[in-house]
Amino acid sequence: MTMGVVSDPPAIVAEDIRKADRNDRIVGVVQRQGALAVLIVVLLIAVAAFPNFRSLDNAATILVAAAPPMLIALGMTFVIITGGIDLSVGSLYVLGGVLAAWASQYGILAAFALPLAVCGAIGLANGLLIAYTRMAPFIVTLAALLGARGLMRAISSEGSNTYLVQNDAFRKLGNGSFLDIGYQVWLVAALVVIGMVVLARSRFGHSVYAVGGSEDAASLMGVPVRRTKVWVYVLSGLLAGLAGSINAAKLGSGVTVLGTGMELDAIAAVVIGGTLLTGGAGTIAGTIAGVLLLGVIQNLINQVGNVNSNWQQVISGAFLALVVVAQTYLVRLRRVT
Amino acid sequence: MALLEVVDVSKTFPGVRALDGVSFTLKPGEVHALVGENGAGKSTLIKVLTGVYQPDGGELRYQDKPSQFGTPMDAQRAGISTIYQEVNLVPLMSVAQNLFLGREPRNRFGLIDRKRMDREARTILSDYGVSADVRRPLGTLALGAQQMVALARAVMIDAKVVIMDEPTSSLEPREVQTLFGVIRDLHARGIGIVYVSHRLDELYEICDAVTILRDGKLVHTGRLADLERIKLVSLMLGRDMAEVRREGATAFSGAATGDDQAPPVLRVRELNSRHKLHDVSFDVRPGEVVGLGGLLGAGRSETIKAVGGAYHLDSGDIEVDGKDLRKPTPVRAVRAGIAVQPEDRKAEGIVPGLSVRENIALAVLPRVSRGGLVSDAKIDAIVERFMTRLRIKASSPDQAVGDLSGGNQQKVLLARLLATDPKVLLLDEPTRGIDVGAKAEVQSLIDELAAEGLGVVLVSSDAEELVEGSDRVVVLRDGVVVGTLTGDEVTTEDLMSTIAKDTREH
Amino acid sequence: MSTETVAARPTIDGARLRAWLPKYGVYIAIVLLVLYNIFFTPYFLTWSNLRIQLIQVAPIVIVALGMALVIGTEGIDLSVGSVMALAAALIPLYLGYGVVAAVLVSLLAGVAVGLINGVLVAKVGLQPIVATLALFVGGRGLAVVISEGKLKDIRDPNLLYLGSGDLLGIPVLVWIAAALVLVIAFVVRRTVFGRRLLAIGGNRPATELAGLPVKRVLITVYVVCAVLASIAGLLSVARIQSSDASAVGLLIELSAITAVVVGGTPLTGGKVRVLGTVAGALLMQLVIATMIKHNLQPSTTEMVQAVIILIAVYVARERKTR
Repeated sequence: MTMGVVSDPPAIVAEDIRKADRNDRIVGVVQRQGALAVLIVVLLIAVAAFPNFRSLDNAATILVAAAPPMLIALGMTFVIITGGIDLSVGSLYVLGGVLAAWASQYGILAAFALPLAVCGAIGLANGLLIAYTRMAPFIVTLAALLGARGLMRAISSEGSNTYLVQNDAFRKLGNGSFLDIGYQVWLVAALVVIGMVVLARSRFGHSVYAVGGSEDAASLMGVPVRRTKVWVYVLSGLLAGLAGSINAAKLGSGVTVLGTGMELDAIAAVVIGGTLLTGGAGTIAGTIAGVLLLGVIQNLINQVGNVNSNWQQVISGAFLALVVVAQTYLVRLRRVT
Repeated sequence: MALLEVVDVSKTFPGVRALDGVSFTLKPGEVHALVGENGAGKSTLIKVLTGVYQPDGGELRYQDKPSQFGTPMDAQRAGISTIYQEVNLVPLMSVAQNLFLGREPRNRFGLIDRKRMDREARTILSDYGVSADVRRPLGTLALGAQQMVALARAVMIDAKVVIMDEPTSSLEPREVQTLFGVIRDLHARGIGIVYVSHRLDELYEICDAVTILRDGKLVHTGRLADLERIKLVSLMLGRDMAEVRREGATAFSGAATGDDQAPPVLRVRELNSRHKLHDVSFDVRPGEVVGLGGLLGAGRSETIKAVGGAYHLDSGDIEVDGKDLRKPTPVRAVRAGIAVQPEDRKAEGIVPGLSVRENIALAVLPRVSRGGLVSDAKIDAIVERFMTRLRIKASSPDQAVGDLSGGNQQKVLLARLLATDPKVLLLDEPTRGIDVGAKAEVQSLIDELAAEGLGVVLVSSDAEELVEGSDRVVVLRDGVVVGTLTGDEVTTEDLMSTIAKDTREH
Repeated sequence: MSTETVAARPTIDGARLRAWLPKYGVYIAIVLLVLYNIFFTPYFLTWSNLRIQLIQVAPIVIVALGMALVIGTEGIDLSVGSVMALAAALIPLYLGYGVVAAVLVSLLAGVAVGLINGVLVAKVGLQPIVATLALFVGGRGLAVVISEGKLKDIRDPNLLYLGSGDLLGIPVLVWIAAALVLVIAFVVRRTVFGRRLLAIGGNRPATELAGLPVKRVLITVYVVCAVLASIAGLLSVARIQSSDASAVGLLIELSAITAVVVGGTPLTGGKVRVLGTVAGALLMQLVIATMIKHNLQPSTTEMVQAVIILIAVYVARERKTR
């Protein structure tokens, strides 16, 4: 019988690990790069089939259109990795836009600060209710969806009043560009990079994964579970408000009729990007691929012209179902050991 | 000098005295076995030690100072770590992330230094015999390796006490040896280890001291080497040798009811399930009560569940009344005439929110209905019959089962099983957690049912109940049938000596 | 708390109140609200007003019935609004073959959606919220695609009768909703399916071990829910006299879940309160109507609704024990 610790290292190895390794690699690649692969294929087809698609202008259009959804999906990625969901972001996005347009009369700073403050506060309320009363995230944020919509209509005369952006600097921020790429794209890109660093390289990011991976284990390991949950909803609210704000800058007004289904697009993009809806795993890189994929498909549908733009939703839904079912089987495969 | 000590602690839950004046002392560098059957108070004691529960009375001393831990985190910060049976880490995060969660090394920008983290994780884990890629999700490692990571984490956070709750229950033999190597190493470093297990061979191999609990009371504590195996088992199972001979504390008649000429109503052949069951075979004849003996974790519950189609089998054959039960599922098993009373009544047995009526009728709804419509008259007849026969005490058949006493809940569950007219009844701890009166009633019911020709399989941690209730006892250890007691051998002494037999001497 | 005035009765302590409130709170709220309206709202107690309220609430009640069954199994169905849209989109396409054909086709669409949801939940093992999300997203898109994004007028008199006709002075729509309430109440109380459904929601491992056909029951529940939603969809079309797939049933999942929760059915499964669900839908309708009658804007109504949902879920939420 062997006794020492170091003398017997290969005890827990051999075939199990090899099997797990192979499965794991396949699963990991499919999960992390699946959306990217599909995106590349779609791009190749698009470039080959649609001459108009190739233009730089079109690329810039796609990026500008993808900016607000990207912000919302960024926040949603954090929320979903904790195992939650935030259905209120579509409403917050519209509310943010209306608030920004109204506040722009007090300067560009106000046009950012007000939506961030209000939407952040609603996110905080979501987070507190979810973390401290253990009510289901979907029901809390569904109520917030309704509440935020009500608030938006209350400040816009039941949605009939479209505030115009009063501030030229703010408007320019929405329509100007640097190196032919819209300012908002640069802003979003910067935030996405920060988001990636925070998620992958900060203790908060690790807490987010731990909470979604196993709440009980996380709290036994000393992760501040409740605080982490509160923060992701605050973050999601803030980003949705900011998305509304930059959209108002681009449109030059606080449009009150947009945003229904924004939360669903965001969820779809996040899930297509390989984030598990059950929590615990996912990447922002995947979410970027997911958002761009949906954006490109929308762009193509518009290019074809006479095709109903609602195919977009059908495709999102189909993708979503496919990805979720595939994930379930992949995760099972991963746990064969 | 004591590292961790409890003196005269008590803990009461509504209706149960889980710990009754228990004292326990762990010395530095000691591997201390904590043993006892289910309900003995082990897990309550562990929870008191780790701050999950606050004791009602008595004192907790840590490093010779009176201490109090409000939460498991407090205990952990003080240096008391627990490795649970189900590994308590985050499966989807990488091995290194799990090891360092909450104390990741950071670079000068305050960001987590991944390279350093991975490198350190590799170094640390190589001491524990884990050579897997530390960037892989933890959940893709074998369970043994996961447990090593948990252990490494515990030691890394400066644990002075490590509590291991059945650490080997899902390990391969060679993984067990690696674990033991690590334990010896911890032992040498002066870390105190509380080791909970029911595998006697392991206890005698690795532990210095032992504390035995029974029914919430301390029954023995001392050096393990001074305690004979048979003595250990008898202390655990709760009867003094002399007391055992007096017998007669259960309501079983003791008369054998089986007809040994009749063909078996249940034939179980070579059940295999990874880590848990190895070639388990036995027969049950009509009218016979076959006991499954063994310690906790020996594979008794797994066997019962597997026969009921609710436990994954890698191979094996099950026949009921000569008919092969192919690919057992619960639906097929029930249809074939198998009724299983699961060990965990609340989680897998009753539906607490539904009434007594609904619970009793649950499995026989098609039989009491026509065209999908339930006939209340037929249900009432069945409910009436079983409530009377089993003397179920409820304010009315419409009372929610969750509001009944444990004994009555158990009777409702038995009524549900009997209503399906089973040929074989498998009972997993039928009298656990119920009052004395109900216990006697359930015991005589088992006799009656056998007398009526039912084949019964009985699992009980109460050795006396098992011996007096069974016509034959199949003894399991670590998922293997190690002996069968028949006729005059069905005694607690024989049961205990079979369980305690030292397998290493072969 | 003083017990002198109610000496004969047991003390009303916190625990009792908490058990009692989710069960009967909704009826009390309705009574209070009705009383308030009788005294303070002009023209409240008129037949034409009640009639409008009932017609408006009928589709919500129908959808909520299905939702209550799903929630009874510890599930949720987000796709009901999309199913309504699909049903609405299919009606005008098949109306050429007669009302019966059109109705059958839209009900079949419901069956198809329900099967997909049910299989994803029961066989693939997805969480219900995830499983039904795909059709929540894609279903309405498909409906709009089918209807080519156009609003289509419906002129078939038979179909319109369902939506705006009267029978014995009461709208047909209300008769249908009432009939469905009775059917579902009957199913829950008297059928094998109903009892199994409750047991599965109450303790799924136990029912699996007891040999119940758990997967079959779950799939059936989602099919029933989707079929009820498609009935609501075609009735809405019949009432509005046009089919607009992008608007029919928008956010109805929210109203349905609210009705179920406010009616005292716990989100944790094992119980279905059919009458409570109807009362929940009525209460929300009353709240909205009351606010509109008092010249409060829809925006305020929405915010109040949000608060009511939160209160209902908070009150009914499972406490940590058990």
